[in-house]
Formats: sequence, C-alpha cells, structure tokens
Amino acid sequence: MTLLSARALHKNYGRGEALVRAVDEVDLEVETGETVAIMGPSGCGKSTLLHLLGGLDRPDSGTISLAGKHVDKLGERGLARLRREAVGFVFQSFHLMDELTTVENVELPALLAGRSPRAARRRALELLSRTGLSDRAKFLPSALSGGQRQRVAVARALANDPLVVLADEPTGNLDSSATLEVLRLFDDLHEAGQTLVIVTHDSRIAATADRMITMRDGSFVDETWLSGGTMGSLSKLAGLEG
Amino acid sequence: MGRLALVARLVARDLRNRPAEAVLLLLAITAAATSLTLGLVLHGVTSGPYQRTSAATAGPDIVADVGPGPNPNQHAVPANLTPLTKTPGVTASSGPFPVLGLTLHANGYTVPAMAEGRDPAPSAVDRPLLTAGSWVKPGSVVLERSFASALGVRPGQTITLNGRGYLVSGIAVSAALPPYPLVCAVGCDFVASEPPGQPGLIWMTRTDLLALPGARADASWYLNLRLSDPASAGAYANAYDSTHPNWSAPSLTSWQYIASAAGRGVSTEQEVLLIGSSLLGLLAIASVAVLAGGRMAGQVRRVGLLKAAGATPGLVALVLLAEHLLVAVVAAGLGLVFGWLAAPLLASPGAGLLGSADPASLTLQNAGLVVVVALAVALLATVVPAIRGARTSTVSALDNAARAPKRRALVTKLSRRMPVSLLLGMRIAARRPRRTVLGLASVTVTVAGVVTVLMAHARFDTRAASSGTLPNPVNNDVIQVTTVITIALIVLAAVNALLLTYATVLDARRPSALSRALGATAGQVSAGLAAAQMLPALAGAIIGTPLGFLLYASIKHGSTMTYPPVWWLACVVLGTPLVVGALTVIPSRVASRAEIAPVLQSGAA
Repeated sequence: MTLLSARALHKNYGRGEALVRAVDEVDLEVETGETVAIMGPSGCGKSTLLHLLGGLDRPDSGTISLAGKHVDKLGERGLARLRREAVGFVFQSFHLMDELTTVENVELPALLAGRSPRAARRRALELLSRTGLSDRAKFLPSALSGGQRQRVAVARALANDPLVVLADEPTGNLDSSATLEVLRLFDDLHEAGQTLVIVTHDSRIAATADRMITMRDGSFVDETWLSGGTMGSLSKLAGLEG
Repeated sequence: MGRLALVARLVARDLRNRPAEAVLLLLAITAAATSLTLGLVLHGVTSGPYQRTSAATAGPDIVADVGPGPNPNQHAVPANLTPLTKTPGVTASSGPFPVLGLTLHANGYTVPAMAEGRDPAPSAVDRPLLTAGSWVKPGSVVLERSFASALGVRPGQTITLNGRGYLVSGIAVSAALPPYPLVCAVGCDFVASEPPGQPGLIWMTRTDLLALPGARADASWYLNLRLSDPASAGAYANAYDSTHPNWSAPSLTSWQYIASAAGRGVSTEQEVLLIGSSLLGLLAIASVAVLAGGRMAGQVRRVGLLKAAGATPGLVALVLLAEHLLVAVVAAGLGLVFGWLAAPLLASPGAGLLGSADPASLTLQNAGLVVVVALAVALLATVVPAIRGARTSTVSALDNAARAPKRRALVTKLSRRMPVSLLLGMRIAARRPRRTVLGLASVTVTVAGVVTVLMAHARFDTRAASSGTLPNPVNNDVIQVTTVITIALIVLAAVNALLLTYATVLDARRPSALSRALGATAGQVSAGLAAAQMLPALAGAIIGTPLGFLLYASIKHGSTMTYPPVWWLACVVLGTPLVVGALTVIPSRVASRAEIAPVLQSGAA
C-alpha cells in the first residue's frame, strides 16, 4: 500500500540566470514498510526533496500525499501536526538540544504532541533501550560519541510512532564504526516494518534499502530495486565490521 | 601608531555598518547622562532666582519677628523690635508690620493664610514687586504669586478672609518669606488653627488687618532689616538668637536661611533626579550589555577572521571596547547639553520667585563626573562580552559556532508539566541565564520607578482628598520630575525588551526551527519566544514593587508611607509582562515563521 507519494514535484531557488532547479519534475511512491535510499552528489536536490516530503518546506508545484493527506495543501498548523504525528526526522548534524539530556531530547516530540510527562518519559526510555542507550539516558549530548548522538536522534524521531522516518545524510558526520551502529539501527527499524526514506551519498547506506534512487540536478535519473536490502553482506564487504 | 590606526578603521567601519545599534547605544547612555547632569546642575541652582527676587524687591538681609507668648494673655510686644534698627551694621529697615493667621475662602478652597499689614506707601526694605494689578489699599488685598497661582485667583476677584470680603487688587513676589507652600519653613509665629494645610502669604493695609476681630491680641510683628554686610546676616542672626532666648525677644531669620527654605522644593527634585539617574544608569548598563553581547554573538565569524589574519585577542577586545567608549563619550556630551538645557525647565523656581534656574552651575567637575559615569557604564557592560569574544578559539569562531547554552535541570523538569508554549519559553529563558537576569533587572528597575510615582500620587491624592486643601506646587513639581524620569525609564526598558527579544530570537533560531521540525506550531514557538521575555518580566515586576516602596521611603526620609490601592499595584505587576509580551510579539512572530530547512541546514551540531 502506498504510504507516501509525490507527483510532478518542483522546487526552484533564485531567479533568472541564478535560477536553480533544486527539485525538477520528481515522481515518487513509497510503500508502507519500505526503505528507500535517495543517492546523488552534493547539491543535487536530495535534501530539498526530503524537506518537501516531510513538510519542512513547500513545493512550487506538484502534489505530495502522505497516508491519503495532501501535504502540499496543508496550512502551517496542519504541517506542524503532520511533522508531529506522521513524520520523524533524522538530520546529518543530529540537531540535539545541547542543554537537554539524552532522555529529555528523546521525549521532547512527545511533550510537544501534548502527551503526559510520564507517558513521554516512558516512551523515551523504551526507545533508548531499543537503541542500546539506556545507560546514557542522563548524559548530555556533549558526553556522547557521534554514533551515540545519531542513535539518540533516531530514537527521538520515533518518539511519536511516525508513519515514516526521513533521514538526511544520517551518517554524513560519522566515522566507520559509528556508521555501522546507525546502519544496524536502521536495519532493525526496517525489520520492524518502519517506513524509511534515507537521503545519502554513501553507497553502503543505500545498499541497506529496498530501493535505491539516484538523483542528479533535481531529477531522478536511476532507480534500482534491491529486494530487501543487503545490509549483512555489504557491511562485510565495506569493511564496516570488526 | 599602526595598531591605533587599525583599531580606528575597524571601529569606524563597524559603526557605519551597524548604525541602528550605534544609535540605540547612544540613546541608552545619553538618557542616563542627561538625568545625571540634571541632578548635578540643580545643586545650588536655587540661590539664583532668590537673589534676583531679592534685588528686585529690596529684599531684607534679616527678618526679625516677635510673636505672642504661650499663654493667652502674653501678647507680642512690637516695641521690642525697635532697638534692632539702631544696632551697628544695620543700614535700613521697614516695619514692624503686624502679621495674622486667617482663614481664606476663594474658588471653593478654604485654606489658611498669613496676612501682613502693610502701608500703602512703598517701604525702604521689602517692597513686594507687583506682577499684576496694584498695591494694597483699604478693602483690597495682594496675594503672593505662587499662592495666587495655586488658588487660581486673579486681580479683580473677591476673596473672603475670616468671613469678610476683600477685593484682590494685585499679585506680587517678595524675598522676605519663602513662597507658598514653604512660608512656614522659616517658622510661623501665628497660631495654626483650622483649616489644615500650609498657609500662603497675603498683604493688606495695616488698618484693615488690625480691624479684624482679635487682631491686636493675636498678631505677630515683623521687622525687615538691611545690613551693611549682607554676607554676615547668618552669623548676625545666630549670635542674636542665642543671646535672646525668651519668647518676648525678637527672633531673627537671615536671608540665607530664607533662600535655603525657598529652594527646598527644588532640592527634593534634585534628589529624585539623582536617584532617577542611577536607575537610568543601571538600565543603560543592561542595554549596553545586551547590545554588546548581541554584537559579539553576531560577530563571532568576524572575530575569527581578525584572529586568523593575525589580530591578537587583545586587539579584538580593544576594537569593541573602543567602539562603545567612543559612543559613550558622544553620549556624555549630548547628555551634558540636554541636561544643561533642560535644568531650567524642570527646576523652575515656581511662581513665587523671579527668573529661572541658573544653568551656569554646571561645573567642569560635574561635566567630568558625567563623562566618567558614561564611560563606566560602557566599560562595565562591554568588558565581559569583549573578553569572551577575544577568548573564543579561532577555529570555532570561523565555524560561527554558537555559544553552548546553559543547562538548568530544575527548569527543564518543571517545564515538562507546562503547556507547549510555556515549556518552550521556560527552556529558551533558561538557555541564557545572564540575558534573562538582565531582562529581569531591567524590569525590576523600571517597576520600582513606576511604583515610586504611584506612591507619590497616592500620598498627594490622599492628602488632597482628605483635607480639601490646595494642590501643593512643590509636590506637583516632584511628581512632574518623577514622572519624566519614569517615562525615560519605561522607554529605556522598552528598548531593552526589544533588544533582549532580538538577541533571544537570533540565539534561539536553531532550537526554534528544531522545535517546529519536531511538531511545534509557529504559534507555539512565537508564544514561547514571547514567554521567554514575559516570565522574567513578571518576576521583575514582583521584585520591583517592594523595591519601589523602599525607593520612595528613601526619598521621603522615613515620613509616613501612603500605599497606592492594591488594584493599582496589581495592574503594574500583571500589566508589565503583558506590555513586554506586546513589545516582543512582532519580532517573535517574524522569527517563528522563518523557514525551517535553511536554519537547520546552516546550524552546526
């Protein structure tokens, strides 16, 4: 069943000679439980596309639908609700609140969604346990490694049980072993049936996906079905393990 | 020399590039410098108008009086005054004139009056100068100008004295007694009876006065003396009084004492201005600190570039300090000029004296003090951000990395139970405790000033309402000065609130964008940014209220405190955060509607 779809999506920046077609006539369909990796060189428009899909930015034209709702037609409040209830974001630079502990960062989306402090904390601890960070619950982000920070960011993205997790270069700031930590986490999510759209320029990440889309100059230029991902074998090939 | 030239060039360029910030800085320090100048200029300002009045009215150097004794049958003996006219050093005299306490009724007011019986012909000493109408004749009276002004009485009008009607023939000024309401500041011999309040001076013919029932028994007698050496009048009066202690002997008052009493109203204004300038100075420090902090935060990358190009941390600090000190010197100059020009307006001697406050009392010493205070304000507020900026590592400065926010575990814990807007507001406020404290201090100082004005109003309103007496011009002047200071405080506090919001909005760009990415609405973020200003404003209003009581008590030197109605104070305490919220709503709304993606893409981890 199609969970997320985009039709004839356009997003331009600048005018005249300085016009940049960041997203140019993109069509995309993501099934429930599917992991889609979008690859391409820097500046090809993949992050912009992710922002459009998650309601962080608005398209110039085209339609986006998530679980039957037209994202492109939503007002500011509607978009906030979408981001709160249906979408979880993971950013390249983690974007954790520096002054909040790990568990406080993870529970934040639930508090913003109006859940009780107790329920939000319970859910956060559960997610930290799931991401192997229970013993780091009271640590500040500055006391965590890069991989741990990104795992916290993933846990935070899952706080409100989103329909889809959108990850923007989730391993872009990580070394090999930290990349492996995050890869494993995404693999677990995939196994659990979580829908994932991952923007990356790292082929090792892309290889974990069900489908890999290559983007260039704002358009999709290639699409490869990977039949369930190749996480195990690729991580060995890429030398990510031990 | 090359280093100085470089600093000068960087300072000039920075001021040119950020004119709005430079103007705000200039405004903040100028307000404090102007108020301080006013306070200092008013020192000794009162002698000028008194001396002008004395010269114009042939004012006495000594006023001698005899009054009735403590027992009903002990009448004043005017003959006891006569020997004084033959004392060595006395060159001229007038009197003795009878003086009587009366009840005056005019324009709906019933007030005490001090009537002096004079001759229709001009006297050698103390010739009240008519500013309207004509001098006394049988059946008519002349009113001292500030008394007439308070009563709203004009020549041609009829007033009642002890139930008898008299025509007001003129209005005059004199230097023989301080003007209304300070007539009795030098001591009144007549028996103060009903109605309550301070008496004003009126002149009538000696015959008319002595014809009033009981006048011969109750009258005091005043003799005006001119000395060959007016400067010795104080010593002369003191020496005489100390050797003639009994009630029937004359009591002598020197012109210096009268001049000092006449200036008492202005001295209260001066005290208010000095306290006000201290409060404005504190607000100016807060303004400059916020501006300096905000500028350093906005110039992190510039500092990195300067350092990368070989500038030492000292040079970086020096540029910011030099810039603010330069603005402070200009502000001090403007403050001196504004204060000097405004002094005569604020410290008007009132209707009872001639001329205006003397601007020449601005000495070089006072000017130096104003400049030093302005420089100290700029230095105090700039030194911490300047050193912090200078110490920033070159690499992180080039990365434009934001300063790490502070963690306040208790605030974070408490905020979890709050609605989303308050949760965001509390956490934003807690991220930068120093800025939050500055906002709180700014509101505290302002509310203390506002409460002081309310206290003054409540006191004078209560007095007027309870006694039905005349409005006191001195009190009105004090309220006027306090109100002007408070308006200046409110304006500076509003500027501070805007500066703090601006700094907060800039600093909270990433957490605001992130909160929206995680599901907060723009409205919730906007309300959160406003709440981050309103929460310290509420705390400041609560702290500032009792501070205002203390401030008022310090001005009134422990005299009875009259508190304003509770609802006035409740309006101040609850209204302050609302006003701050209204001031911050536009910048907060604009900031909360900024695009999320660019902020998150540009922000470092």
